[in-house]
Amino acid sequence: MIVASLLGKLTLHSFPHDRITQGAAVSIVLVSILAVALITFLGKWRWLWREWLTTTNHKRIGVMYVLVAVLMLLRGGSDAIMMRAQQATSVGAHQGPLPPDMFQQVFSAHGTIMIFFVAMGLMFGLINLVMPQQLGSRDVAFPFMNALSFWLFTAGMLLINMSLVVGEFSAAGWLAYPPLSELHFSPGVGVDYWIWSLEIAGVGSLMSGINFIVTILKNRCKGMTMMKMPLFPWSVFGSMVLVAFAFPILTVTLTLLYLDRTLGMHFFTAGNGGNAMMYVNLIWAWGHPEVYILVLPAFGIYSEIVATFSRKRLFGYRSMVAAIWAIVFLSFLVWLHHFFTMGAGADVNAFFGMMTMFIAIPTGVKIFNWLFTMYRGRIRFTSPMLWFMGFIFLFTMGGVAGVLMAVPPIDFQVHNSLFLVAHFHTMIISGVVFGFFAGLTYWFPKVFGFRLNERLGKYAAWCWIIGFVLAFGPLYILGLMGATRRLDHYSAGLGWQGLFIVAGIGVAIIMTGVGLQLLQLAYSIWKRDENRDYTGDPWDGRTLEWSTASPTPEYNFAVLPEVTSRDAFWEMKRHKPDAEQPARYRDIRVPKNTPAPIIIGGLSLLAGFGFVWHIWWLAAAGAFGILVTVLTHTLSDDDGERVIPAAKVAALEAEFARRKEEAA
Amino acid sequence: MDRKYKFGVIGLLVAAVIVALAVYLSHYTVDVLQPAGQIGYKERQLLVFGVLLSVIVVVPTFALTIFIAWKYREGNHRPKKYNPDWDQSWLFESIWWGIPIVIIGVLTVVVWRSSHTLDPYRSLVSTKKPLTIQVVSLDWKWLFIYPEQHVASVNLAEIPVGTPVDFEITSDTVMNSFWVPQLGGQIYSMPGMVTQLHLAADKAGRYNGSSANISGSGFAGMAFQVAAGSSDDFNGWIARARHAGQPLNMASYNQLAKPSKYVRPEYYSSVQSNLYNYITVKYMTPLTAPRSTTAVPTAKGSQI
Repeated sequence: MIVASLLGKLTLHSFPHDRITQGAAVSIVLVSILAVALITFLGKWRWLWREWLTTTNHKRIGVMYVLVAVLMLLRGGSDAIMMRAQQATSVGAHQGPLPPDMFQQVFSAHGTIMIFFVAMGLMFGLINLVMPQQLGSRDVAFPFMNALSFWLFTAGMLLINMSLVVGEFSAAGWLAYPPLSELHFSPGVGVDYWIWSLEIAGVGSLMSGINFIVTILKNRCKGMTMMKMPLFPWSVFGSMVLVAFAFPILTVTLTLLYLDRTLGMHFFTAGNGGNAMMYVNLIWAWGHPEVYILVLPAFGIYSEIVATFSRKRLFGYRSMVAAIWAIVFLSFLVWLHHFFTMGAGADVNAFFGMMTMFIAIPTGVKIFNWLFTMYRGRIRFTSPMLWFMGFIFLFTMGGVAGVLMAVPPIDFQVHNSLFLVAHFHTMIISGVVFGFFAGLTYWFPKVFGFRLNERLGKYAAWCWIIGFVLAFGPLYILGLMGATRRLDHYSAGLGWQGLFIVAGIGVAIIMTGVGLQLLQLAYSIWKRDENRDYTGDPWDGRTLEWSTASPTPEYNFAVLPEVTSRDAFWEMKRHKPDAEQPARYRDIRVPKNTPAPIIIGGLSLLAGFGFVWHIWWLAAAGAFGILVTVLTHTLSDDDGERVIPAAKVAALEAEFARRKEEAA
Repeated sequence: MDRKYKFGVIGLLVAAVIVALAVYLSHYTVDVLQPAGQIGYKERQLLVFGVLLSVIVVVPTFALTIFIAWKYREGNHRPKKYNPDWDQSWLFESIWWGIPIVIIGVLTVVVWRSSHTLDPYRSLVSTKKPLTIQVVSLDWKWLFIYPEQHVASVNLAEIPVGTPVDFEITSDTVMNSFWVPQLGGQIYSMPGMVTQLHLAADKAGRYNGSSANISGSGFAGMAFQVAAGSSDDFNGWIARARHAGQPLNMASYNQLAKPSKYVRPEYYSSVQSNLYNYITVKYMTPLTAPRSTTAVPTAKGSQI
């Protein structure tokens, strides 16, 4: 009795029994111990705490986002390998390596992790790394909230990975449709882990959304009107408006599901007046905008890259901005196309099908504007451009599949089949992931002061492109052959196995690409002195972030820039080849470090764990702790800023100018 | 010369892949592209139309991409052709706002029409009287009730060729999706609700069906078949079912509704009247738990 009230549903049986999960759990624990030991051995705890864990500097936060996202890419990628191994072998009389329930946990985790902790993490990371500099700003609007967003994101990530060590994960798919996700059909803690990791990370995302909206509206430098902003901030603006409108829906929907599961309410249950169709509508009212939340910033990145590497102004800037807002508007009018098969009736289906098709128009316009940015340019085919070229071809093909599925009667024949799976992976991988990889390669020298190895980067891109075609081409065909998604087993004689094996080979090639990217990173760090960027402008860039030293100093700009046109830095280089040194630097105020965000993140993790396992005292203690931390931070007299003296700024800038001259 | 050789190799490779794929697929059924019923045909027709329309856009786009990338590469730089400040053109931008608007405009008409003509709730036009089959998704199998013939079967539905079939679909467990691709598109099965699907087979054969929506650990084993035969075949099958199986009453239904995986086809010689109605209505009453297996005793069920 006492144990039950202290430990909730947690017992010794909650720890994994099967070999595969045990292996994963043990390796997670071992790696954590190893990391702790290494940091202790090197005596780096103080450094880690001061420079990283308590930082409120947007560039550091950006680096941490990317680091977490890359770790999660490896986790989600392992899930993908397990799925391919299962589906290539679990045929007829043969059983695959995974029992059905575990297979279902694996694909549920794969989808959840890839969207929430890889794609979102890379996106917020890249925005943090470069957007303030592009706006000519010293930081985001709310640096403290920015750090808090990151730690909530990380708390959600840790909670979802704790499900490997303690308990189980949801087996109900990445969007956990009820009634399957209701307590009656999913009595374990898996769905609760899913709910709470997304609740915590989702609140962080919402705060990021608000933060970046305000940053764009309030922190632009002098002279930068909205129509003089680079395309990346424009696309982030569209995306963050979607975040602000969509994420509250997710938070509320998950809360209702948790109330169903925990307090026996009936929002979405099968009987007693509940209605699962309401959940399906709500989750997609968040879920469809989410797709555009991810892809718009990637479009922005492509816009920057194409202009830079074509050495030409972006073509059709106004059209591009109009296209972004057309997409933002339409993305809230299409959610029903995810369930044409729920019996809504012909008028409703037709309306949503038509709205869905309209999105193809602004998207097509963007593609042509990119092509005509290249037209009459001087194109350098660096690895970011290679990712872009892969994107153009794959994304267009995926878009065709999307337009086809927007016709309801065609959708009836491919809905929830592997054709659909292939379609959305085409959009997300070529649209979002390629874009973020291109962005990471492009801005890497700005962040770390040296370039990534180009040759390995190109090999990696080719592996991803070819591997992608092999991994997802067969899935389109399998879908047309009647193969539904999420099958842990199928009959022999259908001809599916050969195609699944090819898809498995494709995933192996993609994984080779991932390996090459890790190698590229390691090799580039090793040979960093050969690829140093002393000019701050390694690619002959066009926007303000390239006007600072690489890595960008903590304060971004010694003197806040003033711009008169788009492509501000390009114009500066053209008209004032050697910018005059300003006579005097001033003291610069930057946000101070604070432990509050990481503490709130840790307490959220504890509270989330308490909610998952019904350890109510822990949940209450976590929530109370958060309240106390927030109040303490808010009510303190400290203004949260510290001063970088003018003399130090002058010294740093002089050093940058000297190196730049040497390099020239 | 060297480069031409390279392109030739790539071309040959692509051709080889296409041929290999065609040979491989010729051994198997590509259900959506090889329909056996009028709805399936029309849906394939739409798919083909959509693909052809897309080709009009995609092929020139790809050709243009390759051309521009090739011609304006750094290594081929010609100062006269370099125009770094040219960043807008009303004419060009109107073209690529305009053409997609026209094409999508055509497609929206197609969407509107086809959504109505191929509405799954719409009865098929036929001189023959439609056959009604009530479908119940269970953990983890499909129950087919023939209300007019008073028989039922599990994981195998027999239908006569050329006769419209009215499927009335519900679930006595979580949401599933009823899909027989060679006959035509799918629709969800949901507890407490009845969805409809109107299909017909144009030729005799056995067509694979499955659940397209994840429904728990036995989900992969929810494959079933629809067998289409002549009306004699169908009548013979009904007659055999009447003699072969046990009756489907509350007791045997509750037994069947218990979770089970990879269930082989079974038959029921008769069906308790109103069983289907009971299955759908019970979720609407506040006092019964959502699952027949645990909550509804046989005696009470038989009174309904």
